Amino acid sequence: MMASSYNAKDEDGHHPGSVGSGGPGAVKSKKPDNTAFKQQRLPAWQPILTAGTVLPAFFMIGLIFIPIGIGLLVTSNNIKEFEIDYTGVDMFSPCFNCSQSYSWNSTSACTCSVPFTLDQPFESNVFMYYGLSNFYQNHRRYVKSRDDSQLNGDKSSLLNPSKECEPYRTSDKKSIAPCGAIANSLFNDTLELFYIHPNGSRIAIHLVKTGIAWWTDKHVKFRNPGENNNNLSIVFQDTSKPVNWRKPVYELDPSDPDNNGFINEDFIVWMRTAALPTFRKLYRIIQKKKDNMTPTLPPGNYSLEVIYNYPVRSFDGRKRMILSTISWMGGKNPFLGIAYITVGSVCFFLGVVLLIIHHKYGNRNNNADIPN
Amino acid sequence: TGSSLIGWMMREESWVDSRTVYIGQKEPPPGTEAYIPQRFPDNRIVSSKYTFWNFIPKNLFEQFRRIANFYFLIIFLVQLIIDTPTSPTTSGLPLFFVITVTAIKQGYEDWIRHKADNAINQCPVHIIQHGKVVRKQSQKLRVGDIVQVKENETFPCDLILLSTSREDGTCFVTTASLDGESSHKTYYAVQDTKAFNTAEEVDTLHATIECEQPQPDLYKFVGRINIYLDRDEPIVRPLGSENLLLRGATLKNTEYIHAVAIYTGMETKMALNYQSKSQKRSAVEKSMNAYLIVYLCILISKALINTVLKYAWQANPNRDEPWYNQKTETERQRHLIRAFTDFLAFMVLFNYIIPVSMYVTVEMQKFLGSYFILWDDDMFDEELGEGPLVNTSDLNEELGQVEYVFTDKTGTLTENNMELRECCVDGHVYVPHAICNGQILPGATGMDMIDSSPGVDGKEREELFFRALCLCHTVQVKEEETVDGIKRGIHQGKSTSFYISSSPDEVALVEGMKRLGFTYLRLKDSHMEILNREDEMERFELLEVLNFDSVRRRMSVIVRSSSGDYYLFCKGADSSVFPRVVSGKVEQVRARVEHNAVEGLRTLCVAYKKLTHEEYEETCHLLNRAKLALQDRDKKLAEAYDVIEKDFILLGATAVEDRLQDKAADTIESLHKAGMKVWVLTGDKMETAAATCYASKLFHRNTQILELTTKRTEEQSLHDVLFDLSRTVLRQHGSMTRDTFSGLSGDYQDYGLIIDGATLSAVLKPTQEVTSNGGNYKEIFLEICRNCSAVLCCRMAPLQKAQIVKMIKASKERPITLAIGDGANDVSMILEAHVGIGIMGKEGRQAARNSDYAITKFKHLKKMLLVHGHYYYIRIAELVQYFFYKNVCFIFPQFLYQFFCGFSQQPLYDTAYLTLYNISFTSLPILLYSLMEQHINMDILKRDPTLYRDIAKNSLLRWPTFIYWTFLGVFDAVVFFFGAFFLFDNTTFTSNGQMFGNWTFGTLVFTVLVFTVTLKLALDTHYWTWINHFVIWGSLLFYVIFSLLWGGIIWPFLNYQRMYYVFMQMLSSGPAWLSIILLIIVSLLPDVVKKVLCRALWPTTTERIQTKRQCLTAEQSTIFMLSQTSSSVSF
Repeated sequence: MMASSYNAKDEDGHHPGSVGSGGPGAVKSKKPDNTAFKQQRLPAWQPILTAGTVLPAFFMIGLIFIPIGIGLLVTSNNIKEFEIDYTGVDMFSPCFNCSQSYSWNSTSACTCSVPFTLDQPFESNVFMYYGLSNFYQNHRRYVKSRDDSQLNGDKSSLLNPSKECEPYRTSDKKSIAPCGAIANSLFNDTLELFYIHPNGSRIAIHLVKTGIAWWTDKHVKFRNPGENNNNLSIVFQDTSKPVNWRKPVYELDPSDPDNNGFINEDFIVWMRTAALPTFRKLYRIIQKKKDNMTPTLPPGNYSLEVIYNYPVRSFDGRKRMILSTISWMGGKNPFLGIAYITVGSVCFFLGVVLLIIHHKYGNRNNNADIPN
Repeated sequence: TGSSLIGWMMREESWVDSRTVYIGQKEPPPGTEAYIPQRFPDNRIVSSKYTFWNFIPKNLFEQFRRIANFYFLIIFLVQLIIDTPTSPTTSGLPLFFVITVTAIKQGYEDWIRHKADNAINQCPVHIIQHGKVVRKQSQKLRVGDIVQVKENETFPCDLILLSTSREDGTCFVTTASLDGESSHKTYYAVQDTKAFNTAEEVDTLHATIECEQPQPDLYKFVGRINIYLDRDEPIVRPLGSENLLLRGATLKNTEYIHAVAIYTGMETKMALNYQSKSQKRSAVEKSMNAYLIVYLCILISKALINTVLKYAWQANPNRDEPWYNQKTETERQRHLIRAFTDFLAFMVLFNYIIPVSMYVTVEMQKFLGSYFILWDDDMFDEELGEGPLVNTSDLNEELGQVEYVFTDKTGTLTENNMELRECCVDGHVYVPHAICNGQILPGATGMDMIDSSPGVDGKEREELFFRALCLCHTVQVKEEETVDGIKRGIHQGKSTSFYISSSPDEVALVEGMKRLGFTYLRLKDSHMEILNREDEMERFELLEVLNFDSVRRRMSVIVRSSSGDYYLFCKGADSSVFPRVVSGKVEQVRARVEHNAVEGLRTLCVAYKKLTHEEYEETCHLLNRAKLALQDRDKKLAEAYDVIEKDFILLGATAVEDRLQDKAADTIESLHKAGMKVWVLTGDKMETAAATCYASKLFHRNTQILELTTKRTEEQSLHDVLFDLSRTVLRQHGSMTRDTFSGLSGDYQDYGLIIDGATLSAVLKPTQEVTSNGGNYKEIFLEICRNCSAVLCCRMAPLQKAQIVKMIKASKERPITLAIGDGANDVSMILEAHVGIGIMGKEGRQAARNSDYAITKFKHLKKMLLVHGHYYYIRIAELVQYFFYKNVCFIFPQFLYQFFCGFSQQPLYDTAYLTLYNISFTSLPILLYSLMEQHINMDILKRDPTLYRDIAKNSLLRWPTFIYWTFLGVFDAVVFFFGAFFLFDNTTFTSNGQMFGNWTFGTLVFTVLVFTVTLKLALDTHYWTWINHFVIWGSLLFYVIFSLLWGGIIWPFLNYQRMYYVFMQMLSSGPAWLSIILLIIVSLLPDVVKKVLCRALWPTTTERIQTKRQCLTAEQSTIFMLSQTSSSVSF
């Protein structure tokens, strides 16, 4: 990338008297050591950025980036993604009623079903996300409103959560577990998928609810208190459930003890605060069919059954359900491919410009008179 | 010290014009005058700034006066008081570190000053008390004490001479360390006290001295002494500067003296000529402060914008407090001050844009960097066994910015070592070196105008000339084995004797004569004894000495030879001798004198006349009458001399060389080429100084000399002279282009200005008179100076030297000045100039101690400025710009993030990253860069002084450069943030479908950031030693390892685990890698393109030389390859 010329200075350590007048032997007490470092004469590589030297680099970048970009773009385009907004803002949308009649304390669940059609088959594993918009999970007051040691199973923090959790720290003079605004606002819509067979029958699609959180989060960072005590209700007995929750934390998934309490994966996923106000979070995984012959989700009509609990209308939020396949480079993201192609082309173009400049001016400068 | 004096003055309720000193602390006889005891300071010299007790408060106060430190303190306090996004340690820890390091450094420097002060203050002095000699520490000396000073001792304070060991009550003193004149000066004891010779006698002396209060002029003193011999009225005698022995001067050639202290400690004239030590700030630091203010404004506006937007945004209560994110009660209540604390919180969040660590790094860079000066082998002096000294490392980079060099002459430019180079008798040139066995060989040079064999008559004249030089002087012979400054031994039998004179030229002449065969032996019973070439003793009776004075500029003696002839020998400056000559080969001698003067030699002409007995009688009469006159004695003597010294017969001329220091001329030429203006400021007389200037190539043969001296202003008014000169200069200036290399291209007239102290003070005197041009004298003078390539100021008092420096400093271009000198008389200018350099020479260490840098020889200035100064400047310039750049890159994404997190002051990066970014991830590469960078090889810098012009006027820290760097930083920040933003936008990064959170987002930005800023520095590095490789790649590796570790463990002491496995998860994702690489390249691209384009289209001299060197090495390899191919072809 850079022009190189190794500065062959052999005076390192004991250069002859041309520089200093002191021979190696005649070192007086105050005389500085005559090392290359102290004399600032360490051997050094002295590269200089000139048009001639960066030219190859530019062409190289161009030649490497453009194919990568094309590859990325193709991969991205091959990814299937389907997104549906089920907030119910529109009068005629199925969830309109649910979105209107909202109360935290209502015991009866409001359900709605949103029909949709997939035009293309979704091969391999399909990932189901829920997406929220205009939801500031990255607000400072929100981000810090959690107690990681409580979530890590620390007993004392369980009963005496961090002050950061205020105002979601205690309720009814009992400490809240899990405390804080993040936990309190856990996404609690239940989403289910049904394939409407052309013959009219509804086939429930099996949604896997594990493997959606980081392995390290699930196994190290989040831990239920009380070590191996399987009876979580006893462990959490002196605590109170978060204000907005319908059920306590030890009833998040009663069916699976490895997915209950703090190590419930839906909970862990929610606790990883999103970077931007519009975000999606992994909800379920639809595993590919064993036979490998039929697509995981064949094209056709589907129905999304929503147990509508989560209010977003008050802050102009939106709720979405996303189905996506995944490649080696993750979800659909044409930006990276386009960026690579663009940068590669710019570099190539600059390379050409520099080539011209180098030819026109390079020689002139080299021969220009330099005052000595 | 000046301020302490003022402080003392303020304390004195009623300002008294004069002080009364009671000699020996004895009260005067009653009834004479009321005894009003005055309080005088003790004889302590204080150059240190702090004491043990006031160090901490005073140092803290001084440190927090720096706006940067004060700002960090405020930030720290804000963090302590209000709830802010980052913890107080993030800014408190670095601040504490900075303050401590600086305090330790300054404390150490002050401790060294204390040690030096103590060494002076505790050196023993001898005081007469109750008839006995008592040893005391110098600092305990009080006004009124009678002090005994022995030969070669330095006077401990300002003293009035009472008596000496010599019969005539005179003593010899060298004031070399005060005004730079190494000649011996004669001082006189008060006539009525000179008999009090021994300690006992002096103790019986009953007298008071009334004198003026201390003032800095070295040559002025008014006072009177009242001696109470009996009960009668006291005897009153006037005291003048000839009675006043100054602190710092040294007693010579006199066994001992008794004197009474009148000014002590900080009131001595030497101390008053010191200037208060004010902290010097380099131009770079000033730019840094300017940048700092810009960034402070940016910071405040950022915080303001965000605060305003925050309130606009949260006007909607559903945004302010959505159901999922409720406020606490306390947060709801304090609504009024809430806005202000929000503002402060934003300030704290963005405060990293003004980097604390920059000050630490700059400080460390300066401190460590200064070791390269200390270690420099080229600047090590074998003779002295010492290398350069660095007293303040704050000014390293200022060495690369010097525009004006003010140099002392004696001991700085010259070796302070006179030698007779040649004499010319009737046009025959004799060179003392060319003596073989007593046979004089005429010099080989300059013989074209004369016939080479002198006749018999010539021989006679020649001997007369030598005799004249042997007789016409005031040299004393001292037969003792002391070796000192200007005395050199003449081996005569077994005893060693020295010539001593108030003029080193005379010593050189007499010594030169000795080498030419005529040895002056001694003055015995008013007979001067000379040993001639045949080793015969010749005796001349010394009848009259017509002493040298600077107005006449000549001296004469009248002697009677053993044959009874009366001779008057005269030697003096050519201008004062030639008009009085009636015969002799004037033309040849004049030609030779002019030739020598141009060569930079100090020339004197020698003439004589024979007197008859009657004429001598008449002369005697004339002189005696003048000498006895009570009024206007000086004037009458001058008139008498004028009558006597005429109708001479010219004998010849001499040329004495004050040996220039090794490579002084080369150094001055280099400085000129580097665009610096060199001024010589000396206390010496004009002719001598001018000669040195010629020799040192300050003035060239074709330099037109403009004189602004007392001599000229006596003829014309100052006003006219100034206008004449400015007209001369400006006429030239009109036709001259600005950037012509001064003194190099010979196509325009080169001007040199000579000004003397008296005229200078007249020029600088504030005048009401406004000239037609609208400027006063000072401005006209400055205008003249600006157009002169070299200026010589002679007859300067120490404070005047400082005044000149100050004047130039304050002129409208605000140039950077450097003062270099070796004596105590240079201290004031060394302190005044932006950079003060002391030479560790013969005249003590005062200059070296008060300087910022001390070197052993003048020639070392070349490397100091052209190499070290240049390097330090480019290094620190990059350091400063880079620091601001990397912090813009660092903080601007944080600012952008506020727009996406509801202006909630959410930090983008983790606390550890916020704290360590400046401290460890990006600190070492730039520090090492700023220590090691060499954009051009040292040897080229030294060979080509013009490269110094490339960095003149702080060119690397001008606003366009600064704005470029800032925009680059903003651009990079935008690339980082929006690059990451679009990648994160609503998509998955991993192949298992899992999502990343806000901390991964921040970490991605931060990783790109660390790599980009480090690689940007790598692109700027021109000198890659193994250390640079190690540090640059090492700190990147350190970042990766640290992040792995930081995220790899659940840290028990942290109350959050937000970074747990974030970094690893990010690295396990392919798109993250791809985007990191992409974003780094995009951020670096514009800078690379800009660099390459600028180098190709508008290269600077520096860049051309770099490219040229590149090509040479490339060509060499091509030639090598070609030769290989051709050889292979030929086979």
